[in-house]
Amino acid sequence: MADRINVFVRKVPVWALYILYLLPVPWLLWQAQTGGLGREPIKALEHELGEIALQLLIFGLAITPLRQYLGINLIRFRRMFGLLAFIYVTLHLLVWLVLDVGVLSQIWADILKRPYITIGMLAFVLLTPLAMTSNNWSVRRLGPGWRKLHRLVYAAVLLGGLHFVMLTKTYEAEPLLYMAAILGLLALRLPHLRRKQTV
Amino acid sequence: GLAALPQGAAAREMREPNSWEDITQYNNFYEFGTDKGDPARYADALTIDPWSVKIDGMVDAPGDYAFDDIMKAMTIEERIYRLRCVEAWSMVVPWNGFELADMLAMAGVQEGAKYVRFETLYRPEEMQGQKSGWIDWPYTEGLRLDEAMHPLTIMATGIYGRDIPKQNGAPLRLVVPWKYGFKSIKSIVRITLTDQEPVNTWQQILPNEYGFYANVNPEVDHPRWSQATERVIGGGLFSPKVPTLMFNGYEEEVAGLYEGMDLRKFY
Repeated sequence: MADRINVFVRKVPVWALYILYLLPVPWLLWQAQTGGLGREPIKALEHELGEIALQLLIFGLAITPLRQYLGINLIRFRRMFGLLAFIYVTLHLLVWLVLDVGVLSQIWADILKRPYITIGMLAFVLLTPLAMTSNNWSVRRLGPGWRKLHRLVYAAVLLGGLHFVMLTKTYEAEPLLYMAAILGLLALRLPHLRRKQTV
Repeated sequence: GLAALPQGAAAREMREPNSWEDITQYNNFYEFGTDKGDPARYADALTIDPWSVKIDGMVDAPGDYAFDDIMKAMTIEERIYRLRCVEAWSMVVPWNGFELADMLAMAGVQEGAKYVRFETLYRPEEMQGQKSGWIDWPYTEGLRLDEAMHPLTIMATGIYGRDIPKQNGAPLRLVVPWKYGFKSIKSIVRITLTDQEPVNTWQQILPNEYGFYANVNPEVDHPRWSQATERVIGGGLFSPKVPTLMFNGYEEEVAGLYEGMDLRKFY
């Protein structure tokens, strides 16, 4: 089963997935303009973009456990998931900055005063150097440091999940499910890490 | 009547009423789900006929009042009010309804009553959101008696001259325009006159974020967001934020109710 998936996956060109995964952007903008996102499209658009970003980060997080536990190798898509996640986080942030808050003084006040925004911002800051170094040149250049740097993604995903949990009026199922997925995928790495340390 | 009612700042700053679609498709009514579109999607399942409101507690004539009898006794008028949600968005709604004071007079408020407690219908087989357990259903709200008797406080039974849609709280709901929207409890089945301050549902869930008074106040932020501005619903992708007014624009009419009170403490 895993072998068959691996054979199939090798045939899927990465660029095709990039295009497929960027299609929601024009689609969402179209929906926002034509009422498909409801009567208040700004918040809805912001939310959709943020949620897609979180999903992509979770996919990226799932790649190593999928290989370790099920033998499914999706490693060639990992950079794509990371970069797409960064694109969606950036769009999510832009919608918040430009369409939602708009006022510069209030943006700064929000970042400092509202913990869920501080946390979301921090996640974005952590992801930025990862996106900047997601090229072959940086991988060669940074050597073993590249792996270390890219462990920041664990913190960024946790903060992203927390950001989602904190912004709802009360504890709702959806953000808690995302958080559970993130914690689960991070927990799957623990035995592996421990083994490495004892060896 | 409305014509005689002083509207002060609210009238001067009044915006155009929102469209029927804005008002009936963007709702918070957690009895049907937490998404703004859930009430419009699922409220059809609700049976609103027959309907009665139990009025009890410190009243001369306690009992179950049939909705039709209430309607026969009341004079319906139009009130165009701002609606400001605690989530920092707002609309303008042309309600049809009657003053709550008239309905309370029908039951005869007894001396010594200080508060009014309201309860929404609890019927999980028709209100699917009530199947989730994180709210202690039924939804309850409360007002001080003088707030309840204020001429701006109405029971709404219609919007734009039509029967109020189920997602907006059919067949009758409270509207207190100077308070955050969650105070304006929907689909009411019970009204109790009491001398104890009632605990409302949001106060019960998150007491540090939602208080008993919940007066619209741009100077007192919600712990997680600013209340200084509000997004006007219906403006599409480029809808700006506008400043929030003290008591939602009804300061002239209601500020006197809170004279001498620290509004940061009684939020």
